[in-house]
Amino acid sequence: MNIEIEELAKEFGTTRALHPVSLSIPSGALVALLGPSGSGKTTLLRILGGLEFPTSGRVLFGGQDATGLSVQERRAGFVFQSYALFKHMTVFENIAYGLRARKRRERPAEAEVGRRVNKLLDLIQLPDIGTRYPNQLSGGQRQRVALARALAIEPRMLLLDEPFGALDAKVRKELRQGLREIHDRTGLTTVFVTHDQEEAMELADLVVVMSMGRIEQVGKPDEIRAKPATDFVRDFTAA
Amino acid sequence: MSDIVLSRPVPVTTEPPLIRSLLIGLALTFVALFLFAPLVTVFVEALKQGWAGALDALRMPDAQAAIRMTLTIAAIAVPINAIFGIAAAWAITKFDFRGKAFLITLIDLPFAVSPVVAGLMLVLLFGANSTLGGWLIANDMPIVFAFPGIIMATLFVTFPFVARELIPVMIEQGRAEEEAALTLGASGWRTFFTVTLPNIRWALLYGVLLCNARAMGEFGAVAVVSGKIRGETATMPTMVEMFYNEYLAVAAFTLAAVLAMLALLTLLLKSLLEWRHADLLAATRRH
Repeated sequence: MNIEIEELAKEFGTTRALHPVSLSIPSGALVALLGPSGSGKTTLLRILGGLEFPTSGRVLFGGQDATGLSVQERRAGFVFQSYALFKHMTVFENIAYGLRARKRRERPAEAEVGRRVNKLLDLIQLPDIGTRYPNQLSGGQRQRVALARALAIEPRMLLLDEPFGALDAKVRKELRQGLREIHDRTGLTTVFVTHDQEEAMELADLVVVMSMGRIEQVGKPDEIRAKPATDFVRDFTAA
Repeated sequence: MSDIVLSRPVPVTTEPPLIRSLLIGLALTFVALFLFAPLVTVFVEALKQGWAGALDALRMPDAQAAIRMTLTIAAIAVPINAIFGIAAAWAITKFDFRGKAFLITLIDLPFAVSPVVAGLMLVLLFGANSTLGGWLIANDMPIVFAFPGIIMATLFVTFPFVARELIPVMIEQGRAEEEAALTLGASGWRTFFTVTLPNIRWALLYGVLLCNARAMGEFGAVAVVSGKIRGETATMPTMVEMFYNEYLAVAAFTLAAVLAMLALLTLLLKSLLEWRHADLLAATRRH
């Protein structure tokens, strides 16, 4: 599903987190929102997910206005920075949460929930951890469980906030590959936030460079490297 | 450097034995003197005329009425304040709004105000001398010197316990898990019952136990508002005082012992729950 962002702005009190920005994300793309902290990239992601509401502007999902849709109605799979796994639930219960939270007539039977959770555990290549609790997992495992939990709701898009931020360099590289594979298999439009230019360039089809609440440049990784649009982009991507 | 010679390595993380035993001794003396001795005294005094004397005291209608009164107050005030406390902590920690700092101060007010003053405020507001109080009495709904006043005084005095216990825990946990539940399609209520409540249940339990202890033990505010009418509005703490002033020492201490046992029972309950759920507690603790 393609995402259109039209003149979206966000103010927190008197501070402008996002100047009016516009962006067009083609269906099935893997997009990186790249920028330093305070660049507005997380605000933009949270607006897409329905966790914040814009001061002005519109968001369209698949051509339809989604600006006023509640977070539940968005059906966006969201992976949080520190994963936000439910500590008091097992991995199985975490992944099943979204299915069990559905309205009665849309809710799959328990057997079907089990089948889907196990399928997702296979997808993240951790088939045997269903009975464990989140604090019994490594950082990389937690990230993949968070991904599975987000995918369980059959989301219309996947949104990830610094998905590799809390991991060490080696695991980070492996999981980058993992995210790429999951993206290619599901075909979901995927947007992730990162401050790591190498990560953005290596993983994304489309990189959106942001600074001070503005979009500086949008392009394929090699385009941005070859022709940085502003001094900021050149400095930031050279780092 | 080489001229510094240590005869014996002194670990930096520990104190010399003398200081250590002094500190431990001081702490133990304090605990024995101020916590343990008074508790023992209550039971010793209660049993001065043997079990028969204590049981006789408990058979007095006034004592029984006071026990019933105190248990009823706790049964009503504690659930109400648990719900209010959760609501206040939830609002303060999960949302941003104007006047938040003011609300936090307001929650602490009952701690800052003397209970006697709190009781007096209720008397002035709802007593026979106020317009509102006069109207309430005329319409057969007296608040002061009656059951509703006692409940109101107890609610006021015990309000901060649950909220105060929950706020730091909920701040520390942040909003991410709730947000995750919402993105997974859960409604606000479902999020609260399946994510928030399980995360705060231990803090909630402590808050409720503290609230309960204070609700049963409150003296000042209740003494002013209730009028201490025997068999009608007297609670256990106020009845203890009345017995004591009438030189009914055994009755006073027996009732005091029952009150102390109720408190010990809640502590025992807490320990029991912690012990039974120890593994779950360890598994779900924050890393």
